[in-house]
Amino acid sequence: MIINIARKELKSLFASPMGWVILALLQFVFGTFFLLGIDQYFQTMSGAIRPEQRVGVTEFVGHNVFSIASFVMLFAVPLLSMRLISEERRQQTLTFLFSAPLSLTEIVLGKFVGLVSFLTIVILLMASMVSSLNLWAELDFGYIFANVLGLWFLVASFSALGIYVSSLTHQPVVAGIITFVALFALLLLDHFFAGDPSSTMAYLSLMRHFEPFSRGLLDTRDFAYFLLFIITFLTLTVRRLDADRLRG
Amino acid sequence: MNTVTVEATQLTRVYGGREVVRDVSFNLNKGEVLGFLGPNGAGKSTTMRMLTGNLAPTSGSVKICGIDMIENPKAAKALIGYLPEQPPLYRELTVDEFLTVAARLHKVKASHIKKAVQVAKERCGLTDMSKRLIENLSKGYQQRVGIAQAIIHNPMVVILDEPTVGLDPIQIRDIRALIKELGGEHSVILSTHILPEVEMICDHVQIIHKGDLVFNGSIDVLRQQRHGNKLLLGLSNPPANEELLKIPGVVSIDPLPNGLLRVRHAEGQMPAEALVQAAVSNGWGLHQINPDQTTLEEVFVQLTFQELAA
Repeated sequence: MIINIARKELKSLFASPMGWVILALLQFVFGTFFLLGIDQYFQTMSGAIRPEQRVGVTEFVGHNVFSIASFVMLFAVPLLSMRLISEERRQQTLTFLFSAPLSLTEIVLGKFVGLVSFLTIVILLMASMVSSLNLWAELDFGYIFANVLGLWFLVASFSALGIYVSSLTHQPVVAGIITFVALFALLLLDHFFAGDPSSTMAYLSLMRHFEPFSRGLLDTRDFAYFLLFIITFLTLTVRRLDADRLRG
Repeated sequence: MNTVTVEATQLTRVYGGREVVRDVSFNLNKGEVLGFLGPNGAGKSTTMRMLTGNLAPTSGSVKICGIDMIENPKAAKALIGYLPEQPPLYRELTVDEFLTVAARLHKVKASHIKKAVQVAKERCGLTDMSKRLIENLSKGYQQRVGIAQAIIHNPMVVILDEPTVGLDPIQIRDIRALIKELGGEHSVILSTHILPEVEMICDHVQIIHKGDLVFNGSIDVLRQQRHGNKLLLGLSNPPANEELLKIPGVVSIDPLPNGLLRVRHAEGQMPAEALVQAAVSNGWGLHQINPDQTTLEEVFVQLTFQELAA
């Protein structure tokens, strides 16, 4: 059932130009940064003579692409997630889902899976682009894998928050803006509390947990953080929809 | 034997301290068509939303074929097809795509989906619209798609909230025929404020007014109220009322403002023939005689008005 809702969401995304445009734009941005990364690699490395200055091509280009990806997703995810529930509410199609033999959890998870699978397509396209370097150089696939995984968790968290905000309002645009601001704040918490590295607030920052992945480090604490983040917001969404049924 | 498909017990819904629906209870058997009547804001849609599990009742319970909607919503919802007031359509999809999604979400077996979509389209007259985007369809066709999604999984109970709104007269006739046909094997609940429609297609009628059920019974009871024992009589030179009262069966005479006479007669006795004969032999100048039907509207107004006065 979750799969069926996810399929419906994907169909809606690809039935409108929205899905294709976002897919194309993201690919264009990532491609540009990939190209720039390679270009800069040659320039920088030809100037770096001592061995300790040298960085592997995977890390150099990969860092270039994946760090911009996390930033671009900050804009892309709210654009995609804002419609998920608020639009259904506005068009009164939520009744269609509520009347079908589905639990609220299935509805919310279905929407989440639908959005995340779309974003997974984006990430996989990007990963395959970076991997194509392997034709000319030897790549560190472990590093790429950690980055892809980190980015995947990051966008999944973005999506969970986006879905929750979308369930709060009738206006997709309002949902989009609130999601964007909230994500931006969560990403930047790190910077605000930079002076005090042990601060709890800084620990809540999404960026702080993405950063180890981008260095190629897989830490269970970060997994736990992302998983909890996703579960929290999906649960809140289910509660919010249940309130619809109770309060009307 | 009759099987109860819908059982609503003392449904009450409170919105911000105001009781929108109060103690609504009724049963519906398999194969019956129930018409829900009421002025705007009477609580028809709210009741329907509670029946379909879209809204939790403040108190009371709903059972669909014996399955409680609150305790076991998934099983209960699987037996219902619901068309809300505003048809819930994904406008960016084509008719085929949308109906396939609807079939899937209602757990139609994968191998039957194509067939189910085809049958639903045929029943609702949508076969020529398969590849059209719902967005581009006219209101009437959108309404049909809404009905098609409600019947696609062959549910036990079909609940339609104002199904004929926005349709042209021919479409309305088709949809009414469809509803009658559905009534054969399913139970149908529909709300409307078009009164003749209720008389045409419903077996049972409920009139709801300000959240209360003011009338609940078979359509025949309403009809009886309508075809009361009355005749309308038009005479060019009417005699004194006493003359008329002498005719056997006539109980009372009321002159109407338009010059006609309303003749009440006793149950089971039809004085029409005697009246005509008397009119001819006495030269009363008979120009009109026909049974006086109270329109359903009048009955409706009476019922809702009684409630006001009480």
